[in-house]
Amino acid sequence: MTIYSESFFAAFNLLATADKDLVEILYLSINVSLLSLALSCFLGLPIGAILAIRQFPMRNLLVGIFNAMMGLPPVVVGLLVYLHLSRSGPFGWLGLLYTPEAMIIAQMILITPIIIALSCQVLEDLNEDYKDFFSSLVVPKRTALVAYIVDARYSLLTVVLAGFGRAISEVGAVIIVGGNIDHLTRVMTTAIALETSKGELELALALGFILLGISLAVNFFAQWLKATAKRRAYV
Amino acid sequence: MFNSHSTSKNHLAPILVDNISLELNNRLLINGISCQINAKGISVIMGPNGAGKSLFMRCLHGLATPNSGQIFYAEKPLSPDIQKQQSMVFQSPTILRRTVLANMLFVARQRGQLNPKTSIEYLAQVQLEHLAQHPARLLSGGEKQRLALARALITRPTILFLDEATSNLDPTSTETIEKNLQLVDQQGTKIILVTHDIGQAKRLADDVLFLNRGILTEHGPARSFFKSPASAAAKSYLAGQLVL
Ligand SMILES: Nc1ncnc2c1ncn2[C@@H]1O[C@H](COP(=O)(O)OP(=O)(O)OP(=O)(O)O)[C@@H](O)[C@H]1O
Ligand SMILES: [Mg+2]
Repeated sequence: MTIYSESFFAAFNLLATADKDLVEILYLSINVSLLSLALSCFLGLPIGAILAIRQFPMRNLLVGIFNAMMGLPPVVVGLLVYLHLSRSGPFGWLGLLYTPEAMIIAQMILITPIIIALSCQVLEDLNEDYKDFFSSLVVPKRTALVAYIVDARYSLLTVVLAGFGRAISEVGAVIIVGGNIDHLTRVMTTAIALETSKGELELALALGFILLGISLAVNFFAQWLKATAKRRAYV
Repeated sequence: MFNSHSTSKNHLAPILVDNISLELNNRLLINGISCQINAKGISVIMGPNGAGKSLFMRCLHGLATPNSGQIFYAEKPLSPDIQKQQSMVFQSPTILRRTVLANMLFVARQRGQLNPKTSIEYLAQVQLEHLAQHPARLLSGGEKQRLALARALITRPTILFLDEATSNLDPTSTETIEKNLQLVDQQGTKIILVTHDIGQAKRLADDVLFLNRGILTEHGPARSFFKSPASAAAKSYLAGQLVL
């Protein structure tokens, strides 16, 4: 057999036997991504909503900044977080460098602008549609905000999925601040990078398949959400 | 609930519009309108496209604030509390991304009307109860207008604003809605409506306000307006000619 087919075979074997290292890496990846996603949503959704609904000075500037931050290069974010968390940096005393927490911080910086900018856009469109009706009815601000979030739930869920997709597949930032330490900060993307460079393709391939599967699943789910929302006329 | 059950139209304090003007994008769109509108009955606003009818109505309802002038309801300046007693059906109504019934319930809840049965009853009034569980945004244009009307009625407003609320309706629906409006009128709700349907205006109006280029060119009892309009603009509008 060639290396090529051997690698595939070994990769499937790892998947089929639920290899311990593989499961550990997968578990950490999903944990880190979900935690950073949750924190980003906790922070980003209210900010997005406020930017969408309230008018205040500098509002447009802020929206522009968050939009631009959607395209932040992960390695640069990684570098900046590294500088802040390294022993000589301002937050060095926290001892967070090369921990999962550091990876979560870096991913939050990458995802939160995505959540803010996209949710702001979704809610802004809805606000454009609803605002006259709500002000005619004299709907209290809180009631209006809840109505916006409920009525935009499909689109907002798509926004959250976009954030998750970015988090789980990102490598540049987590490799710098996490250090890709075995059993501690090794996640799917960093493991793939390392194993490939070592020429050990089976673990890399097995992880690659899983990553691909997750990415496809997320996209299919987003597609399905869109179709459902359309069918029920929520968009 | 309704303010009063008085039968005399003059007994209630009227709506007073005191010299309001509105300028947007350097265009004077409402130009010094002053008038006194009865607190009861059906007032119809007419005028060519772009005359400022919708804007004038938005001012009356407090959705647009005039640059100058004031509006008084029963001698009190327009406030959120007064606005709460009013209801408006927009020219292109906003439909919540929910079911037809949920649209009703949302509005009903804002006015402490918690029983879903009431919502169904109001839907039945506009022949929409069979679509109660249907996504409201999938309704036809006319059905949307009927839903918007039911939503407005369930708040039991003292003043009901209708901006071309029957423009998409078929003749039967229009007739049903007009009957509904006459009923609401008899129950004491003030109705102010914009329409381009001269027949409808003749059937419903107690008085007519004619707007042209942001100016209130005439305001008087419906009968005399249709019989002998005073302004040239109204004359040609009624004759189906372009008003320039
Ligand atoms: N938000 C706005 N900003 C700027 N101009 C506006 C705005 N809303 C309306 N206008 C302008 O004001 C004028 C009057 O508009 P309005 O909607 O009141 O007309 P209308 O009498 O209701 O006409 P129609 O019969 O077509 O409904 C129009 O020329 C319109 O372009
Ligand atoms: Mg109009």
